[in-house]
Amino acid sequence: MADLKLSDVGKTYGGTVEVLKHIDLDIEAGELIVFVGPSGCGKSTLLRMIAGLEKITAGTLEIDGQKVNDVPPAQRGIAMVFQSYALYPHMTVRDNMAFALQIAKKSKEEITASVERAAKMLQLEPYLDRLPKALSGGQRQRVAIGRAIVRDPKVYLFDEPLSNLDAALRVATRIEIAQLKEAMPDRTMIYVTHDQVEAMTLADRIVVLANKGIAQVGAPLELYETPKSEFVAQFIGSPAMNLLPGEITGTGTRTKVKLAGGGTAVSDVPSTEADLGLKVNVGIRPEDFTIAQQAALYRGKVEMTEALGEVTLLHFAADEGAKEPVIAKLPGIHKGLRGDEVGLAADPSKVHLFAEGTSLLYR
Amino acid sequence: MSPIVQGILTIIIGVGGCIGYFYASNILLDRVIFPPKTDDQGRNIRRATMVRPWLFLLPAILALGLYLVYPVVGSFLRSLYNRSGNEFVGFGNYVQMFAEHGFRVALFNNFLWVVFVPAGATFFGLLVAQLTDRLKWGNIAKSLIFMPMAISFVGASLIWKFVYAADPDIGIINAIRDYFGAAPVDPMQIPFWNNFFIMFIMVWMQTGFAMVILSAALRGIPEETIEAAIIDGANPFQIFFRIKVPQIAGTIVVVWTTITFLTLKVFDIVYTMTGGNFDTEILPSYMMDYMFRDDGRATAVAFVIMVIVTPVMIWNIRQARREL
Repeated sequence: MADLKLSDVGKTYGGTVEVLKHIDLDIEAGELIVFVGPSGCGKSTLLRMIAGLEKITAGTLEIDGQKVNDVPPAQRGIAMVFQSYALYPHMTVRDNMAFALQIAKKSKEEITASVERAAKMLQLEPYLDRLPKALSGGQRQRVAIGRAIVRDPKVYLFDEPLSNLDAALRVATRIEIAQLKEAMPDRTMIYVTHDQVEAMTLADRIVVLANKGIAQVGAPLELYETPKSEFVAQFIGSPAMNLLPGEITGTGTRTKVKLAGGGTAVSDVPSTEADLGLKVNVGIRPEDFTIAQQAALYRGKVEMTEALGEVTLLHFAADEGAKEPVIAKLPGIHKGLRGDEVGLAADPSKVHLFAEGTSLLYR
Repeated sequence: MSPIVQGILTIIIGVGGCIGYFYASNILLDRVIFPPKTDDQGRNIRRATMVRPWLFLLPAILALGLYLVYPVVGSFLRSLYNRSGNEFVGFGNYVQMFAEHGFRVALFNNFLWVVFVPAGATFFGLLVAQLTDRLKWGNIAKSLIFMPMAISFVGASLIWKFVYAADPDIGIINAIRDYFGAAPVDPMQIPFWNNFFIMFIMVWMQTGFAMVILSAALRGIPEETIEAAIIDGANPFQIFFRIKVPQIAGTIVVVWTTITFLTLKVFDIVYTMTGGNFDTEILPSYMMDYMFRDDGRATAVAFVIMVIVTPVMIWNIRQARREL
């Protein structure tokens, strides 16, 4: 119903401190977009700029084809759910949800109907006359969502809505949000989180923010399978992707890389003859490693293991020239590997190549 | 002995006495009464821990008893005796007093004070707290408004005596009137309204107090609730009255009641401004009129004041406890 268009949007505080610059982003109506990024990357700021709580200092923001830079928040057709719930502590659940409609001078019947509908949707009916302090964290968050629903906005904004909930509730509420989205397919939603799982499961598209700008935009699996940069590659997925330094020794539809640690990696990423001798980082996700006695691209001593049951994490010493230790994630239970020399191999289709931080796929 | 030496000595004896008291009483408790050495160590330590708070409270309880409880009882008994204190008259002083025009004027004026001073001071305090909240020079403004708090009631009254002075060369009000060609008036002699001119001094002084407390309370409101209200479309007035004020309602009550019983006790302002003339008498100044002349009557007034103050105070303490 509403599409958003950010063109060259930037944010500067006090004329000197730049937190965001050159943000170009098209959000289609009905999409669920997730902003992720390391803390301090400006993802919440960007959301607050869309909400109208922060001034946009550069560029333009359009909602539904209309420039809204200077439109007050209430008239932008947005609703926001805050991390801290931000319920009005002196009002009952009913009044919390009705407040926006009361301000908008809607009729009593209309307000009652909207509130009841939202309460039913979120199973809040038994709590309508309670004060927020008499509710659990999960219920409070549902009231906050209800407050947004009642206003029937074109765009929903979620600012880390699950961060204050415990693990079990987080999963349950996440599923509720996914169902909510399904029930309102034409509503656009923008969701800020630092939690990868939330991002991967909820998003139609993920926007990774870093270094004051957008690092990559794409569908969750697109970011996972073909990350544009080392940063995105390491940010999506846990544990982070391993990076092993090396030099290209063979080019063509497949690329051969001689690793600094001695092994040879083969990648399906194509290269040209000009790339011969190029210094690259070979990126392999921990879960893409397999144990191999022959033709291992990496060989090392297992320094530590973490058995999680469904998977076992093997920690190796950092490879020569690499910053971080190598980690392999093997499905199932593997006992007694600690201290052993283990060889690791990876399927060429799962081997990424990065030159100076950027993937060779995106040259 | 010179007064300076005397003063220093007093301080040494006072502070030293306090330290000595706590030190000695603790030793007494831990070593002599409940020594942890014997077989039942644990029990003795527990007992000593139970007694210790009372040990620390004892001097305060004694002092409060001597200077607060005894005078209350003593005053009440005194109010049942006649002027010279040698004849028991029962509630005669009270009966006489309530029949008197002067007392009823004082009671009515006091009622006006209790209604308008706390309301005015809290209102202006809240207004200033809100208006200066986001201002760059807000803190300077706040300091200026807070300053009258540091002046004594008599000092403040003297300042306002100049403001209200009938001579256009001294009083600013009459100076302004003079500029427009109006004849000078004495605000202190305008019946009924003179009460409000005097009350304004108290409001002027207490606004600072209200402002400081309410300003802190306003800052304590979660920013997100205000942002949520902005998104909900509330205008600044609606945010103030429907989001902010309800959230600090408890603090407003504390400020209001605190100023209320301050007001019920104030005597100096009226005494300095008019001496209780021109129908500006309030209960404390009325009481002072009789003090040393008719202690029976004066203590009866004091008791009436106490009876009025006590419920406000209880409410205040309850509310303050809930807030803090």
